[in-house]
Amino acid sequence: MTRRCKRSDFEAFADMQPGPSSAPSLAQTTSRANLAGWLYVSPLVLVLVPFFVAPILVVLAASFFATDGFGGLTPGFTLASYVEVLHSALTLKLYLATIKFTLLTWVFTLIIGFFVAYFLVFHVRNQLLAIGLFLLCTVPFWTSNIIRMISWIPLLGKEGLINQALLATGVIRQPLEVLLFSDLAVVIAYVHQLTIFMIVPIFNSMARIDKKLIEAAIDAGASRFDIMRLIVVPMSKSGIALGTIFVVSIVMGDFFVVKVMSGGGSASVVSAFYEDVGVLQYPTAAASAVLLTLVLVAIVSLILRTVDIRQEITR
Amino acid sequence: MSAVLADMPETVAPATTKAIAPSKGGRPWTFYVLATLFALYVLALYGPMFCIYILSFQDIRGGLVFPMKGQSLHWFVDLFTQVRTGDVKGSFDRSIKLAVIVTIITVVVSFLAGLGFRKRFRGDTVVFYTMIGSLVAPGLVLGLGTGLLFQALGLNASWYTSALGAQLSWTLPFGVLVMFAVMSRFNHVWEEAAYDLGASRWQSIRLVMIPVLAPGLVAVALFGFTLSHDEFARSLQTAGSLNTLPLEIWSMTLNVTSPSLYALGTVTTIVSFIVIGASLGSIVLIQKKRGSNAKG
Repeated sequence: MTRRCKRSDFEAFADMQPGPSSAPSLAQTTSRANLAGWLYVSPLVLVLVPFFVAPILVVLAASFFATDGFGGLTPGFTLASYVEVLHSALTLKLYLATIKFTLLTWVFTLIIGFFVAYFLVFHVRNQLLAIGLFLLCTVPFWTSNIIRMISWIPLLGKEGLINQALLATGVIRQPLEVLLFSDLAVVIAYVHQLTIFMIVPIFNSMARIDKKLIEAAIDAGASRFDIMRLIVVPMSKSGIALGTIFVVSIVMGDFFVVKVMSGGGSASVVSAFYEDVGVLQYPTAAASAVLLTLVLVAIVSLILRTVDIRQEITR
Repeated sequence: MSAVLADMPETVAPATTKAIAPSKGGRPWTFYVLATLFALYVLALYGPMFCIYILSFQDIRGGLVFPMKGQSLHWFVDLFTQVRTGDVKGSFDRSIKLAVIVTIITVVVSFLAGLGFRKRFRGDTVVFYTMIGSLVAPGLVLGLGTGLLFQALGLNASWYTSALGAQLSWTLPFGVLVMFAVMSRFNHVWEEAAYDLGASRWQSIRLVMIPVLAPGLVAVALFGFTLSHDEFARSLQTAGSLNTLPLEIWSMTLNVTSPSLYALGTVTTIVSFIVIGASLGSIVLIQKKRGSNAKG
């Protein structure tokens, strides 16, 4: 792959005019610009087509195939898998569980992420300190998610620190069993991992709010709540939208946290998909994956309608 | 976060006067509430991680919870010598190699795509949203699709072919988004000046853009390495017969109930911290060198 992109960037340079200042006819420039653009992104396309577009199409095709039940696929066109998935009472249950986890995680990451970003941008007066504290929040993002998840075991377990502390102070007599291997643990693990995806984009949009605007609002007699409602929240909207895309797509696509932190007690759409793949039920799994992808695409495009992320990032 | 990372001193200078909160003098009550929230957040972020680092240094009697039983490196030795815990050493090596390859490709491809996306061209929106799709698609589904595709084509899935591609479908969108943020702070005047002085396109990229954008490229590399090193869902169906480290940890979480698991956590975190430290260090170094050059 390295070889491929080297060749294409060589071509990109070889094919182009030395400088953008030289301007031939308009039509010629546009077609030249199109060619240059495509040459620059061609390595990206050469990765995305075989490893994103093709796999998605394969899954889509597999969802229409028939199966012998042992992993063998018979090419054809049948909607049997979709009928099976849509008729199963389990599907509804899985979607409800997934939506429950997604909503809970979204609410908590949004509240924590918003106020952490707000604190860093508006309350920390020393800019260097603000960046230092910001980096402090981002460092765990670069360490293993799996390790961060299992790190809750010594705290939440039946003999974990929280239970020990509660027992010692006499708040409870029996250790709480709901702390680990429960829905609560799943949500805790999600919030622990994903709040950073809210903090970063919200921090970025808040940092662009001109402080003079807020001072003017104070001078005009706005209350703290008014400033929040009329200035800070609307101007952080794009950050919130970006963070929401990350959090929602990760939670809806996850199976690992649900499987480990619920102790096998809960399931989500993707964890059921994983079980289906495990028993070689490829068409059913593929049909369920296609449905999930459609739901995800619908949610993400709804969010994208409110914000042009490309413009947002380059601004 | 990369943007902040890459441009630390640049943002620092002009923003100091601006960033001062509107209320000078006494702090409002909201400051104390939010400071407490922030402190609790950081505590919850790091607390559990430190618990497992501490617990990984127990001796042979050690269990999965506090109190700590003795102090030794027993579980680290156990991790790399016991067959029962799986092929940790092999998967560790593979993961590092894979992450290095992914990092190099991610930096080169993201940089080129960043250059391409600076100007509008026909079909750029399609490429952009395909990339966003690749970012938000459920990893396990993509991994299965890639696995089935390789099977259909009669190719063997392995960590350096199918898993490499599957990981790139995850690291490249991140890399390109970071490049967007980095490029938006690049002043086009410098490039124009290079052309005016007779530089070719290649010279302007090699001698002007790459040095100027170096901190941003380091940030892209950091993303590439850490995202690959930690990638799990997309590798699961594509890694073939030999595991990468996260896959090894996954199988350990299912059947190992000793502090070996925590020892592995400590080891991978040390690797992560070396990479983060090296990246941040080199960014600071580049900026410092630039600062002294500007003065001298």
